Order: sequence, then structure tokens, then C-alpha cells
Amino acid sequence: MLRLAAALVVVIAAGLSLAYARTDKPVVVIERPGQCVEATEVMRRDHMKFLLHQRERTMREGIRTKAHSLAGCVECHASTKTGSVLGEQGFCESCHRYASVKLDCFECHASKPERVAARAKP
Amino acid sequence: MSDSGRRGFLGTAAAALAGVAIAPGIRLIEIAGARAPEEAASAKVRWGMLIDTAKCATGCADCVTACNRENGLHDTGRPRTDAQWIRKIDLKDLRTGRQHSAPVMCQHCAEPPCVDVCPTGASFKRADGIVLVDKHTCIGCRYCVMACPYKARSFVHENLTDQRPAVPRGKGTVEGCTLCVHKIDRGDGTTACAEACKAAGHEAILFGDLNDPQSAVSQRLREIPSIQLRSDLRLNTGVRYSGI
Repeated sequence: MLRLAAALVVVIAAGLSLAYARTDKPVVVIERPGQCVEATEVMRRDHMKFLLHQRERTMREGIRTKAHSLAGCVECHASTKTGSVLGEQGFCESCHRYASVKLDCFECHASKPERVAARAKP
Repeated sequence: MSDSGRRGFLGTAAAALAGVAIAPGIRLIEIAGARAPEEAASAKVRWGMLIDTAKCATGCADCVTACNRENGLHDTGRPRTDAQWIRKIDLKDLRTGRQHSAPVMCQHCAEPPCVDVCPTGASFKRADGIVLVDKHTCIGCRYCVMACPYKARSFVHENLTDQRPAVPRGKGTVEGCTLCVHKIDRGDGTTACAEACKAAGHEAILFGDLNDPQSAVSQRLREIPSIQLRSDLRLNTGVRYSGI
């Protein structure tokens, strides 16, 4: 009986370790720390709410404050290597990939700040 | 007058002029009529244009080129499906043979048919009279494309990349002239097409606030005869034409 229990524990442990190995942890590189518009915990949980709220204000009313704007996020969080918030190690995409949450902002919005986009043009 | 004396006089004159232009208590931002970023667009303003077709040169498409550059519209080599926010049309009076041309874009109607027909509320008119598409709620049904008497709306058929940060655009949504809303909100007080027309020396496009009697566009509208395209529809367009 004891042997059976021990075998079970081993199997479960192996299963768990496998489960952890399956998905890579997101790469969160904050290149300009301490300058975010809200605390990290707040941003992790609620960034989508801020963005949704800001989007209505900007689109419908023409209020273009920088604090919760998507362009503001991109401006600060775009990688210095790729110039983008997308890509495997991109600030937005790596986390969204890990959490399996579809990220469709950048089908329309620029994933690079203006200066990088301008430099990339031929 | 000696050369140095003349220079001295000009310098004094320029200083005196600068003193008049920026009087105490008046900031440049007020002169430009710009809003603060946290201030919502107001119905006190109605943005519009006067297009003087007598000044618009046949064969010149600088306004179209400038619009494409400003808003990140690229030529895909498939003109039948490419988005088109502004186009040049050539007009000819068959009796007299008089030819002229004019740019046509979204007329930013006060009573926009595209807003009436939109099933999701994506097509809307902002407080300051600019007619826009909220692409977050646009389902790409293209009713507005059919409803617009000016053929001002385009549908985006293909995936896009390299959009301008100030001008989000994407597949499956309808779009049209935004009256360079990002420039207006920034306080530029002009549009890409009007700037380009001025740079080309034509000054056929005059942009400004139709509600402000002192604005250049209002003053010009008072002086010369102008019409609204398809005025029979009584849409009260924000873009007016003269010389048609």
C-alpha cells in the first residue's frame, strides 16, 4: 500500500513538473522602470479597463490625454531591440501569449512608436 | 537710407509688431484656438472647409498625396480596392467646354446619412461636426458606403501593417476622411490637404471654424458665392465649394 502511494506521488509530481515545463513564463522586460502611470499591480489587473475607458474618451470626445492612451503604452514599452511591443519577447505579446488572451489592438494600432516607424521606412 | 540704418529700422518695426501680436494675457494657444488635451471637443466649433475650384489646378493631386502620407494610406497596386479618402474629380461643362477640377472627400454633413444607417453606432458625428467611424464597433457591413451620396467611404479589404500611431486603420472596417482629427486635436488648425494645397501655391482649400464669424473660412464664405454638393439632400455639409 505504502509503495503504491509513493508511486502515485512520484507520478503526480512528474505530471506537475511537466505541466510547468509546457508553457514558457512571459518575459517582462521593463526598460524604463518606475515611470508607469499606475502601480504595477493595478496595471497588471486593470490595464484593459483603462484602455477601454480612454478609447471611448479619445474616439468619441477627442480627449487625448497621454496617461492611459495605447500610444503612451507603446511609446514607453516598445523594446529597444525590436522597437515593438509585439514579438516573442515583446512587452504586450509575451504576456498575452502566456495567458492565452487574444491581443487584437495591433491589427489596427501601431505597435511601434512614431520615431521607430519613421526610421523603418525605406 | 543707409544699409545699417534700414536694418535698424526693420528690426525696430519687427519688435514693435511682435509686441502688438502677443499682447499681455493672450497666449499663442488661444490665438490658434487649440483645446487642452483633457478638454472634450465642443459644439461651439464646427470644422469645415471652403474649396475654391477656380484656384484648384487640373492635374495637380498634391492634396491626395498629402492625405495618403499623413494617414498612412499605401498604394497596393490594386486601385479598385485601395482605400481612398480624398479624390480629384474633373468637371467639364459640355455646352461651354469650361473645364475645372476639385477634390472631393467626406463632406462632414450636419445630418450625415452614414450615421443614420449604421446598425452599430460606429459611424458617428463628433460634437465639433467631424464625422468619424469608431472602428472598435464597426462590423464592416458597408451600409454607410452605400448611403453616402459623395462616395466618401472606403472599406479596408486587406491586412494592414505600419499604420501611423495617430491614425489606426484595419481590415474589415470602413474608413473615410477624418478631417485630420489628430491634427485638429493637436491644435494644428489645418489639414494635410489644405497644407499641401497652400504649399503648392494654389490655396484652393480653406480650412477653419464655420461657427466663428471671424475665421478666414467664414469671412470668405460671406464674401463669395458657394454651394454644397447635392444641396437638394439638405445634409448641411461642412465642406463647401465655390466656382462649380
